[in-house]
Amino acid sequence: MTQNALLLDPAEPVARIHGEPLLEIPQDLYIPPDALEVVLESFQGPLDLLLYLIRKHNLDVLDIPMAQLTRQYMAYIEMMKQHRLELAAEYLLMAAVLIEIKSRMLLPRPSKASEEEAEDPRAELMRRLLEYEQMKLAAQRLNELPQAGRDFELVQVLIERTAETRLPEVGVEDLRQAWLGLLARAKLNAHHKVRREELSVREQMTRVLRMLRHGEFEPFENLFEIEGSVPHLVVTFIAILELAKENLVEITQTETLGKIYVRSSRGNDSAD
Amino acid sequence: MSDPAVEMTQQTDSGISALNAEQFRKVVEAALLTAEEPLSLSDLKKLTEIPLENRWLERLLEELSDRYADSGVELNRVASGWRFRVRPELQPHLDRLSNEKPPRYSRAVMETLAIIAYRQPVTRGDIEEIRGVTVSSQILKTLEARGWVEVIGTRDVPGRPELLATTKQMLDDFNLRSLQELPALEEMSGLLAQGSLLPDEAAA
Repeated sequence: MTQNALLLDPAEPVARIHGEPLLEIPQDLYIPPDALEVVLESFQGPLDLLLYLIRKHNLDVLDIPMAQLTRQYMAYIEMMKQHRLELAAEYLLMAAVLIEIKSRMLLPRPSKASEEEAEDPRAELMRRLLEYEQMKLAAQRLNELPQAGRDFELVQVLIERTAETRLPEVGVEDLRQAWLGLLARAKLNAHHKVRREELSVREQMTRVLRMLRHGEFEPFENLFEIEGSVPHLVVTFIAILELAKENLVEITQTETLGKIYVRSSRGNDSAD
Repeated sequence: MSDPAVEMTQQTDSGISALNAEQFRKVVEAALLTAEEPLSLSDLKKLTEIPLENRWLERLLEELSDRYADSGVELNRVASGWRFRVRPELQPHLDRLSNEKPPRYSRAVMETLAIIAYRQPVTRGDIEEIRGVTVSSQILKTLEARGWVEVIGTRDVPGRPELLATTKQMLDDFNLRSLQELPALEEMSGLLAQGSLLPDEAAA
């Protein structure tokens, strides 16, 4: 609804209510019927409507012509009813207030016996109108200020703060390290498997027996593979003990601290 | 992070030599650009172990702000601290990037906000008294949800109505440092002089 739409060509017929020309409607106010509701609803309340009437008609806020204002106000209320707008109670209350003020002004003033000069019945209404107008203008100015989100955006260089703290940074070097680690572990695993085979006590037992297949005494130390690792030697040793326990080999020592010899118990028998 | 930069600075009277001030200004710039909220002076002081004077820091911020004088963004001081914003005159162009139109608040919401801002702390009753109509809960919810208005206590009268006031967030969002910077209220005498004062608002 622009103001232009409200401007009335003087030649246009005036709006009518109940078939009566509505002279109280401001001359500059022409409202297309379908827009009327919008206009009426746009008033923020009775004070807003009164202010509108006062300002449009250049009425003096300090000396409000109550009869005129009340008539105009009632005309609007009537229009609102016509259009079945739900009339807020405040509008009706204001109508009552206006009429009350007017009637108090009609009544003869109390005799001069009353101490202070009687207050103008319009004073309170005037005060409220001005206070409302002041805030209404303040709201307009406030609304003209640029608002964050509406008239300007805040600047924020996006950094993934949360991701940064939650997820450690990964670089090429980290990947390389991880891969090397994997390789090393894989190597370790593979090695371990092989060694388990290598270090099988049974296998060593077989090997020792094979060496003793010729049936001769073999020096104890010859049964060990010198180049083998310590665990290797240990397992070989255990294998020999195991063979002795099972009476597959016999171990002899001719003198204390002398050389130890081992030979197969069954001479030429193969361990397998 | 900036300590090597600031370390040598104590040599001069101003606290930080020109070279290192330059360095620290970059730190401050980076902090402000990446911050989600305005940063206060005490926030900014945390950027270094070296104790800084407010006056010095403010001068540095003003210098930084000057550097953005000819830029699409500007550094402002608001109620909660310093922050960058897009220059409002450029915003319409940015809005073309998104289809959504930035929402506007109704007159009822803005009038309620104005009364709370200029007359705080106020009760709902005070607002209704001035506006002459009931204040719907929706209006207050809208303002509270936006973080512009909050309850700061109750008035010690029967019913103990809640007292409403505006927040720092509201000042920030209007690019204000304090309530003093709100647009001046129209003087009552000005209102009485009227005539030019009534905009078309009643019908707009």
